[in-house]
Amino acid sequence: MVGITSAGAYVPIYRLARGDIARVWAGGRGVAVAGERAVANFDEDTISMAVEASIDCLKGIDREQIDGLYFASTTAPYREKQSATMVAEALDLRREIFTADFTDSLRAGTNAMRAAIDAVKAGSAKKVLVTAADCRLGALQSEYEQNFGDGAVAILISNSGVIASVEGSYSHSNDIIDLWRTDTNTFVNASEDRFSVTYGYLENVQEGVSKLLERYNLSPKDFAKAALYAFDARRHLELARNLGFDAKTQLQDSLFNTVGNTGAAYALMILAATLEEAKAGDRILFTSYGDGCDAYILQATDKIGKLKGRKGIKGHVASKLPLPDYTKYLRYRSLLGELALAGEPVATINWRERNWSVRCHGSKCRECGKIEWPIQRICAYCGAKDNYDEVRLSDKKLTLTTFSKDSLARSVDPPIIVCIASIEGGGRFYAHMTDRDPDKVEVGMPLELTFRRLYSKDDIHTYSWKMRPIR
Amino acid sequence: MSGSIKDRVAIAGMGCTRFGERWDTGTNDLLVEAAYQAFEDAGIEPKDVEAAWLGTSSSGGTGMTLAEPLRLQYIPITRVENACATASEAFRNAAYAVAAGIHDIVLAIGVEKFKDSGMSGMGGGGTDGPGHAMLSQGLPPRQFAMLATTYFSRYGLSFEEGKHMIGRVSWKSHKNGALTRNAHFQKEVSMETILNAPMIAWPLGLYDCCGVSDGAAAAIITTPKIAKRLRKGKEPPVFAKALQIAISPRDGNYNSKYDWTHVEATVRAAERAYKEAGITNPREEISMAEVHDCFSITEAVTMEDLRFSPRGKVKDDIESGRFDLDGAQPIQLDGGLKCFGHPVGASGLRMMYEMYMQLQGRADEVLNPGMPSRQIKNPKLGLTHNLGGSPDGCAIFVGIVGLEGV
Amino acid sequence: MAGIVSYGAYIPYYRLPRSVINKAWGRGGGRGEKAVAGFDEDSITMSIAAGLDCLKRTDPKTVDALFLATTTAPYKERQNSTIAATALDLRRDARNADFANCLRAGTTALLSALDAVNAGSLKSVLVTAADTRLGGASGENEQAFGDGSAAFLLGNKGVAVEIEGSYTLSDDLADYWRAHEDTFVRAWEDRFGRDEGYMKIPAEAAAGVMKKYNLAPKDFAKVCFYGANSRAHAALGGEMKFKPEQIQEPLLDTVGNTGAALPLMILVAALENAKAGDRILLVSWGNGSDAIVLRVTEQIEKIRDRRGIKRHLDIKRTLDNYGRYLRWREMVPLDPPTRHEGGLASMAAQWREHATALPLYGVKCKQCGTPQLFQSASSTHARICLECFAKDNFEPYRFADKRAKLVSFSHDYLGGGIDPPTTAAIIDFDGGGRGAFNMVDRDPDECQVGIGVEMTFRKLRYLLGSHTYVWKCKPVRD
Repeated sequence: MVGITSAGAYVPIYRLARGDIARVWAGGRGVAVAGERAVANFDEDTISMAVEASIDCLKGIDREQIDGLYFASTTAPYREKQSATMVAEALDLRREIFTADFTDSLRAGTNAMRAAIDAVKAGSAKKVLVTAADCRLGALQSEYEQNFGDGAVAILISNSGVIASVEGSYSHSNDIIDLWRTDTNTFVNASEDRFSVTYGYLENVQEGVSKLLERYNLSPKDFAKAALYAFDARRHLELARNLGFDAKTQLQDSLFNTVGNTGAAYALMILAATLEEAKAGDRILFTSYGDGCDAYILQATDKIGKLKGRKGIKGHVASKLPLPDYTKYLRYRSLLGELALAGEPVATINWRERNWSVRCHGSKCRECGKIEWPIQRICAYCGAKDNYDEVRLSDKKLTLTTFSKDSLARSVDPPIIVCIASIEGGGRFYAHMTDRDPDKVEVGMPLELTFRRLYSKDDIHTYSWKMRPIR
Repeated sequence: MSGSIKDRVAIAGMGCTRFGERWDTGTNDLLVEAAYQAFEDAGIEPKDVEAAWLGTSSSGGTGMTLAEPLRLQYIPITRVENACATASEAFRNAAYAVAAGIHDIVLAIGVEKFKDSGMSGMGGGGTDGPGHAMLSQGLPPRQFAMLATTYFSRYGLSFEEGKHMIGRVSWKSHKNGALTRNAHFQKEVSMETILNAPMIAWPLGLYDCCGVSDGAAAAIITTPKIAKRLRKGKEPPVFAKALQIAISPRDGNYNSKYDWTHVEATVRAAERAYKEAGITNPREEISMAEVHDCFSITEAVTMEDLRFSPRGKVKDDIESGRFDLDGAQPIQLDGGLKCFGHPVGASGLRMMYEMYMQLQGRADEVLNPGMPSRQIKNPKLGLTHNLGGSPDGCAIFVGIVGLEGV
Repeated sequence: MAGIVSYGAYIPYYRLPRSVINKAWGRGGGRGEKAVAGFDEDSITMSIAAGLDCLKRTDPKTVDALFLATTTAPYKERQNSTIAATALDLRRDARNADFANCLRAGTTALLSALDAVNAGSLKSVLVTAADTRLGGASGENEQAFGDGSAAFLLGNKGVAVEIEGSYTLSDDLADYWRAHEDTFVRAWEDRFGRDEGYMKIPAEAAAGVMKKYNLAPKDFAKVCFYGANSRAHAALGGEMKFKPEQIQEPLLDTVGNTGAALPLMILVAALENAKAGDRILLVSWGNGSDAIVLRVTEQIEKIRDRRGIKRHLDIKRTLDNYGRYLRWREMVPLDPPTRHEGGLASMAAQWREHATALPLYGVKCKQCGTPQLFQSASSTHARICLECFAKDNFEPYRFADKRAKLVSFSHDYLGGGIDPPTTAAIIDFDGGGRGAFNMVDRDPDECQVGIGVEMTFRKLRYLLGSHTYVWKCKPVRD
């Protein structure tokens, strides 16, 4: 039996009230959509968010056993350079794994999930991690600017320890141009929304679901939950009603009012939220949408309780900071122009130093047992040379030893909080603090590590780890 | 068909502006200029106009486009559009209103103001359509060029022979245009220049194509009785003998029956017009014609479609000068679209204007000073042929006008 | 055993000699030539061209999925594989996916398709890989990069090439990269990528796959692998311990480096000369390496009539003008149009007409049997028969796979566009039906009434954030 064996999610800490966006455009097309949307921090992108969701998903799972990583997004930072490989390295996965990027469609997430299921079924892999993330830009002043949110999700596909089995599926493709973006577009283009909703979203998902139910001889009452991709909150309800699901008891919340539409990650995030609440035996209808529809029947097994202990959707939705104003959003998304930041990316250095900078490895001295980060050839404590094991530190907790607030150095979000922290189990970590309120930084506070984009120059994005208050 | 327009309506007056790139003139000015020439020619006041038909393809919208500049007061005005045959269509509808006995004096007017768009030439036909409109990017020359490609191929003309034939068409029009005071292009051009001009849409070169212009033309249409009263003491009114329009099903691009060496709608409209006017031998009976020479090849095949020349033989007639101003059957006496110009919504009435002036013996009223006379001798019947669209699908107007009793 | 059932390839008609590029920049020399996609070609259209070659005599309705691999997809949000699948006339419930962002995307898609077949979830999967990468003007990449595509049909019936096994390494080494807003591929100093990446990792993957399946270099008739340039390619062959005669020629002097499509194109070339029983090793490179072991069966003889690489190499015309190349790739800003151009295609209309416009369907009248297209500005589906006037009494009739004869044409110098003249054509299809299309890949002088043409899927234009695609025709060159 192939299915989902774990799930994790990530929602950036910042939320922008949709009313705040509408207010900026008041008098024009500024009609507020209800709720708030998640906004990726200035140092986040789809690679960093995918890393976060994957870490959440892999909690308690031996990373050496992962055979493949499929990354899905319509907003990958590179067009030529695989994001999946970067995510796999940040996760400290094995080198001999199969990696692939699935893109260009809001269905990329479920495209990747299907490929992972096939890989496991075909016997070419035992455990495949599927992670989807998106950070799409709606045109300024459009409803999509309010509707879209940023986020990521990860699910692990395998044939042992399954928490939700794949009982059936149906898929079709339809080249309808409702929302689209060419290789040179910054913002998502949109057709008139009644066209997009009627002939795109509603017609395709309804077709997918009815074909699926017909194929497996099931009806809506046979499902505990329907995890349906949402065009927006109103259309999500309309779809559920048309399909014959009870909005109160059967319809999984779409996260639209708390996170927003997260593109290629969205359907899988709604599914992850469903799994967090599912009981053994629950049958779940799951659909994605985008250039067609993928529809699945899943069933929670008696191992569903294994999901506990992850931050998941629920934990991340609850952990948040308000984005004080709309201008910050514009700055975070570089819509006010790029800020030239310090830092010279060097492809060779990034590559050479990837074990400590990306994999977050420290050196553990074989002689004195002390841990240091970054990796040191000569032990600072006992002076032993080249006699160490590499240990992964990204999953360790830290305690803030000292810090300063640097308002001089350029940053998209000054001041830069420069930190020295002690790593649980030994070692010191020197990095910036992100996702923080500068007024609430104090010596002794507990911290965790998060993978972020440090700067971009010459179109090389340089990533490494930062610290943040524990979420 | 139960009715015929023959001799049921008459033209009491006409006007036509100078055609060309009239940078200093707007749509309103062109309308006023043409309308007032016609009013004056007919000897009427604007208030005598009971109804009007305005033809324009892209220079206006409703009837108010005409009412506003002329300050016409609450009369019925209909805006009509039938691509390049728009002005002829305005004329036909106005004539029918008079023939129906509803109105006594009406105005038919056509106008186009192209040169405010910042772009050369005509539009390419709107949007891409649903991702399939294979020729949507196509401007008119390529479509008409394909008439030439197949005409040459079917009748065994070498490229040089074919080019010479169509070049001779334009050479003649330039000769005529040089005589005409209000024409857009008033310069003779040598065969050598024509044959060596840059390609626009192979095999059509620069001189095989007409340009587009700004301009307007107008006619006062009324009953024969009123026309004779209004023109008392002046040249006699001109009578409608036939007004026909044929709309093709636009299938030439996907119906293999279409041979791309003729325009079927012209054949159909012409046959109906000949029947309406009682003409059996147009080659002999039609004294002169203004045809839709948007491209030289169009004029050439139109000669065959109108039965002015036998099928496949138009080259002989063109090269022998039959259609020259001093030939047996002069065509494009004012230079045609090629030289008088082509403001789309006005061209059909401009053709009618030339027939009207020639029939009344007034052609030299628009003679370029110092030029030999452009008036032909004793014309009896004049034909206008107006094409809107392209060979694969078009609206074709064929009208015949003449003096009373012919 | 699952494997390759059919193969196909496509190389654009135009070849730019590298000496022409050098001459433009005041340099001498230049080895070989590179294939240059026409101004109206991109990764979608080339995928379709290779797909058509691959699906020769295969009913597209029997294909269950299209996996499209490229690093140069025209759309970032709008599934490129679904556009291609629609034009190729695959079923609506075909499962399409885009594989991207990596030069390994082609072999990755191939392995994923193999998984789908082995898993029993799909019977027949079409995999296409195409790229049109841009190197900055006057740089080495501009010389090296070529355009092209390959296609494979995977299944488990009638397998012509069995896929015996694979081994993959992922390594985030950035020798070449392009960020999402970049136009040109960037490269770090070449010796870094060569010494630490290209010369090591594919060899490691090749050794890994041979170890996994207990094979040695001598067990392979041919090895097909990616190469950024000829010298490095030859060196890697030695590094992998293959003899020169085992190394399949990498097309770099004739086509150029076609990115994600290159390893698959080299494989097509190898299969064209392969015999039953031949074992072939396929190795890709790009942020890691996929190494795949293949074995040819007798079925290979049944698919010899593809145009593939060999015939496409011969179907060519020299582009002797570097300025034209710059225009085609939109590397220089052009004078804005002074004539009217069309507006944005209606998205609703494009969608409404999908059943006909993208796969080029017309209809056949059930009453009189006349095949016919309908191409008005707002609709592509006929309602009334043009022959017998029967209403709504049609069956669908596909024109994309029919050849035709040229009825009339003109070369339009007025309409502008990127590459004037635009050749307009009226064509009559074999078996009936007429259509009006633009003609491409033609020498204006070879156009004559009566010559044979075939259909090709091309881009009409890019306007206001939308690519509009249409079918065009081109002279038949078998």
